[in-house]
Amino acid sequence: MERSIRMKKEPLFHVVKKAEVSYGKTVMLSLLAVVIAIIAGGIFILAIGQNPFEIYASIVQGAWRSKIAAKGTIKIAIPLLIAALGITPAFQMRFWNIGAEGQIIMGGIFATYFALFLTGLPHWLLLILMFLAGAVGGGLWGLIPAYFKTKYGTNETLFTLMMNYIALYMIKYLTEGPWRDPASSGFPKIASFVPNARLDQIFGVHAGWLIGLILAVVMFIYLKFSKQGYEISVVGESTNTARYAGMNVKKIVIRTMFLSGAICGIAGMCQVSGAAYTLGEGIAGGVGFTAIIVAWLAKLNPIIILIVTVLFSMLDKGCSVMQSDFGLSPAVSSILQGIILFSILALDFFNRYRIVLRQRRKA
Amino acid sequence: MIINFLFAAIKAGTPLLFGTTGEIMTEKTGHLNLGVEGMMFMGAFMSFFVAYHSDNLVLSLLAAFAIGVFAAFIYAVLTVSFMANQNVTGLTLTIFGTGFAKFFGAMMIDEAGGSPKLSTKFLNAISEKSIPVLGDIPVIGKLLFSHNPLVYLAIVIAILCTVYMLKTRSGLNMRAVGENPGAADAAGINVTLTKYLHIMVGGGICGLGGAYLSLINGGGIWNNSSVVNGQGWISVALVIFASWNPAKAIIGSLVFGAFSVLQFYVPKNIIEIPNAFYVMLPFLITTFVLIVTSMKKSKEGSQPAGCGVNYFREER
Repeated sequence: MERSIRMKKEPLFHVVKKAEVSYGKTVMLSLLAVVIAIIAGGIFILAIGQNPFEIYASIVQGAWRSKIAAKGTIKIAIPLLIAALGITPAFQMRFWNIGAEGQIIMGGIFATYFALFLTGLPHWLLLILMFLAGAVGGGLWGLIPAYFKTKYGTNETLFTLMMNYIALYMIKYLTEGPWRDPASSGFPKIASFVPNARLDQIFGVHAGWLIGLILAVVMFIYLKFSKQGYEISVVGESTNTARYAGMNVKKIVIRTMFLSGAICGIAGMCQVSGAAYTLGEGIAGGVGFTAIIVAWLAKLNPIIILIVTVLFSMLDKGCSVMQSDFGLSPAVSSILQGIILFSILALDFFNRYRIVLRQRRKA
Repeated sequence: MIINFLFAAIKAGTPLLFGTTGEIMTEKTGHLNLGVEGMMFMGAFMSFFVAYHSDNLVLSLLAAFAIGVFAAFIYAVLTVSFMANQNVTGLTLTIFGTGFAKFFGAMMIDEAGGSPKLSTKFLNAISEKSIPVLGDIPVIGKLLFSHNPLVYLAIVIAILCTVYMLKTRSGLNMRAVGENPGAADAAGINVTLTKYLHIMVGGGICGLGGAYLSLINGGGIWNNSSVVNGQGWISVALVIFASWNPAKAIIGSLVFGAFSVLQFYVPKNIIEIPNAFYVMLPFLITTFVLIVTSMKKSKEGSQPAGCGVNYFREER
């Protein structure tokens, strides 16, 4: 085959990576991205023949209009916040932990064991045991892929993804088998927790919100100011650099994944003990996946994660009134989330890169 | 009974074969698209919607393919051009696609005033038909030549994709891009175009998998809550099991399909295994395969080297 050789013109534009971007500029660009994302969502609302202002207003109202609604919003936010915080150290290390869903579930399973079989313990001791069990359960579930990653280089994205479903069907097994509530006839389920094993409420919402807030602050300090947090960042930037600097990369990966899984496991413990009072197949219900998106949008900053979580939960809760107010399916929440996220993901490009146009050659 | 079992396995494995073939095309160009579940959901809705209104099988399948291409196009724009994180974009696509199908599905139910049902004429077009002469052969006739038309479509697509990937020049280019986009670029391959093209075609094929779920598995009735129900994720698992080869995916989908119907065929009085174990099996085995291939460090049966990493030309 003969190919004619042509002088190609320089392309119209090319993309260049930005060096350091000032903090203020990043914030400005991010806020702009959010505004554009909301407008994009509005265009969708317009397309289905509704008034975007009315819809957005009723979403915000629907999330906060009554005490019950506000409590519902916070209840949605708790597992999302904790799981997003759990994902953060792993992602900071560029260890793509897609397994938060499974780690939440394992945390829930481990905590449930104590709630079902050690009901005689004092309330506070039982809760502490459940908390620790949740952390250990989730942590172990995160440890397994980390071990194989460091030992054999097994792909962690796919591994953690598979672990989600193994955990999910473990609930199914427990529900239909050994932990099945003999008192419930018909559809198999696990018995409700006795009041002794239920997480206490603080200001009308289970104490998970306090755990989440504390974790957010701790995680912020841990990543920013601790030696381990620094090690995580270095491994994330380059494993070679970390190795040359004398860090034990394997140990850091395994330790961080245990931590990541453990925090997700705590989210699971809060779900079974604070929200559902039992273990069911819907215990994680996609939170583990949404949490990944939340953590990423917040640029892995625990404080921003808190803000993003609240916004996400608002959207979720607020859309539950769509059916009664506008006759729209609450699934509109997922579509809006999708559109807003797509826009933000696209616009984030301008935070990292800039476009250089072809320059006129000077004669 | 064995014949019935294998027949049911083929039927259950076909949507997985679509999803897996589509995802293999995507991953082979270096992009892990976790939006298979979402693309399948969108395909499921579009095919049903078009089938419901037009009664035309070809149009319905085209619609499923088109919406899959559209969804994958969004993914491609974000990950190829805007270099967004692939995992996050894929998960977002799943959320979006699921919402899309459920939202418009609810609208369709409202419009029909109850669960919409496909016409008998349409159902007849997609029913299982025995191919004349071939279908009359004992055993083989039932197993191989008396399926619904989409089963054959899935197998044909999988074979075409294998031939394309392994035997054609542009298939080679695509694999080069997936393994080492920098080298492919230097060799004069248009990396961006290659990626866009295969991601979009892959998405279209995933959309067809959704069509299978809503048209065949749904029994002609739209079910808003559980059309796809995790089949997209099993497809992602099957990609690993099939070691990124569509031809192996044909066997793999049969195996996974067999797992999903196994619980109805194992006599309960002989071996009692909890049902949960059967549904867990595909994921357990996939995990096992994943570990074994990584232990062997085989380049053949593992993920394309460039998969998951976005290609930025000025960073080599």
